[in-house]
Amino acid sequence: MKVRVNTQLCQGHNRCYALAPELIDIDDYGTAFAIGDGTVPPELEEKARLARDNCPEFAVELER
Amino acid sequence: MEDRPPVENWATDYDIFDPAYVNDPAPIWRDLRERCPIAHTDRWQGSYLPTRYHDVQALAKMVPELSSRDPLVIAAPPLDPADPNVTNYGTNAPPISSDPPEHTWVRRLLLPHFSPRAVEAHRAYTEGLCHELIDAFIDIGRADGAVDYAQQIPPRVIAHLLGIDESRVGEFVEWVRGVLEFGLFEPETRHRYRVIIRDFFREQVARCKNDPGDDLISALVQAEHDGQPLPDHTIVGICNLMLVAGIDTTWSSIGSALWHLGAHPEDRRRLAAEAELFPTAIEEMLRAYAPVTMGREAIESVTYNDVTFEPGAKILMNFPAANRDPEVFENPDEIRIDRARNRHIAFGSGIHRCLGSNLARLEMDIALRTWFDRIPEFELADPGAVTWAGGQVRGPRTLPLRFPVGGTIE
Repeated sequence: MKVRVNTQLCQGHNRCYALAPELIDIDDYGTAFAIGDGTVPPELEEKARLARDNCPEFAVELER
Repeated sequence: MEDRPPVENWATDYDIFDPAYVNDPAPIWRDLRERCPIAHTDRWQGSYLPTRYHDVQALAKMVPELSSRDPLVIAAPPLDPADPNVTNYGTNAPPISSDPPEHTWVRRLLLPHFSPRAVEAHRAYTEGLCHELIDAFIDIGRADGAVDYAQQIPPRVIAHLLGIDESRVGEFVEWVRGVLEFGLFEPETRHRYRVIIRDFFREQVARCKNDPGDDLISALVQAEHDGQPLPDHTIVGICNLMLVAGIDTTWSSIGSALWHLGAHPEDRRRLAAEAELFPTAIEEMLRAYAPVTMGREAIESVTYNDVTFEPGAKILMNFPAANRDPEVFENPDEIRIDRARNRHIAFGSGIHRCLGSNLARLEMDIALRTWFDRIPEFELADPGAVTWAGGQVRGPRTLPLRFPVGGTIE
């Protein structure tokens, strides 16, 4: 699984960062980005899904 | 408030200041969502009220067609009609009252001060403050959760952030309510408080220019845009925003959460026993009791679905109703403190997402955890005595609570 943040949609709510800080970081302006190449280790897959499902801007995407 | 005819049909004649709407708007939204998802009223200078999540989301993103230049339902006249430096609209509180391009650069200037890491600078202060407030009433066994607690926290945190005199916090509260609450229906009162706020911050800006500290006003007087210092009226406007947007919104959220937990012993007991539920419980309180409804204004004729907004039309960003939409939230009127999937928009969506959302969440988290540490058992002392303020910012204003003297029984 890979996580990706669409920075065109992200408005800095920081919900993904709060829920999955192992996978997502933010810059000084609150815009989120995936750490590294976005690979989600199996044990963090549920956190990645929570990050996606709590984003008010629908900006967090997961792909297999 | 003047006497008004009762609402006969909420789809065509709604009144967000009607007691029924202020006290419990959810049934009204439920009805509107089914039969007229974008309602209209001629009351209060006229406006539109969407109630579905996806409509509110889409409308919040209609920039620049829908302007933020006057986000209040009851518009105020310009404070300085003769001053060419001041925006010609009633509300000067950038970036909430700005459109791009001003919105973009003012917001970018402020965002680093409100990041999750930056707001941590207010944690120790906020924790100390919450304990101090509780110390004052814990041995009485009674407190007004709104007046004695919720209302006391955000004004002091904002004063701390702005570097202004915390001992004047009672005045700040009065000013904010004078502009946003009781002053809404008394233009002269409202004008008076707006002038007080403006003049107060003019003085503070002058003070920080002479003797800068490590507070936000000092940072703003030293900041630049396009190689120039910020105009004073921009800084004063930002301070105005910090005061009016940072205070009664967050105290409404803290108060609503205490109300819910005081009225629902099963949720209160569960949260007291399972502290790991605080993060989802706080998001659920924000979803279910989202305090803020912001206004937009059509600057050109624009059609959304089958509704055409003519220039000047006000459209209310009904984030609280969006958060109760069954299309998006399972059993939306059921409060589940462990709701893990919660795409709520209590802080808005799009470019005007609440700038202070990280600070508001920090304050809610500390206020509720500290309360539960000291007073895990509490209940409404008199449910009939609870009063709510509503309209564009909804939350309890009287909230009598009772609890064992000294807090914990053990």
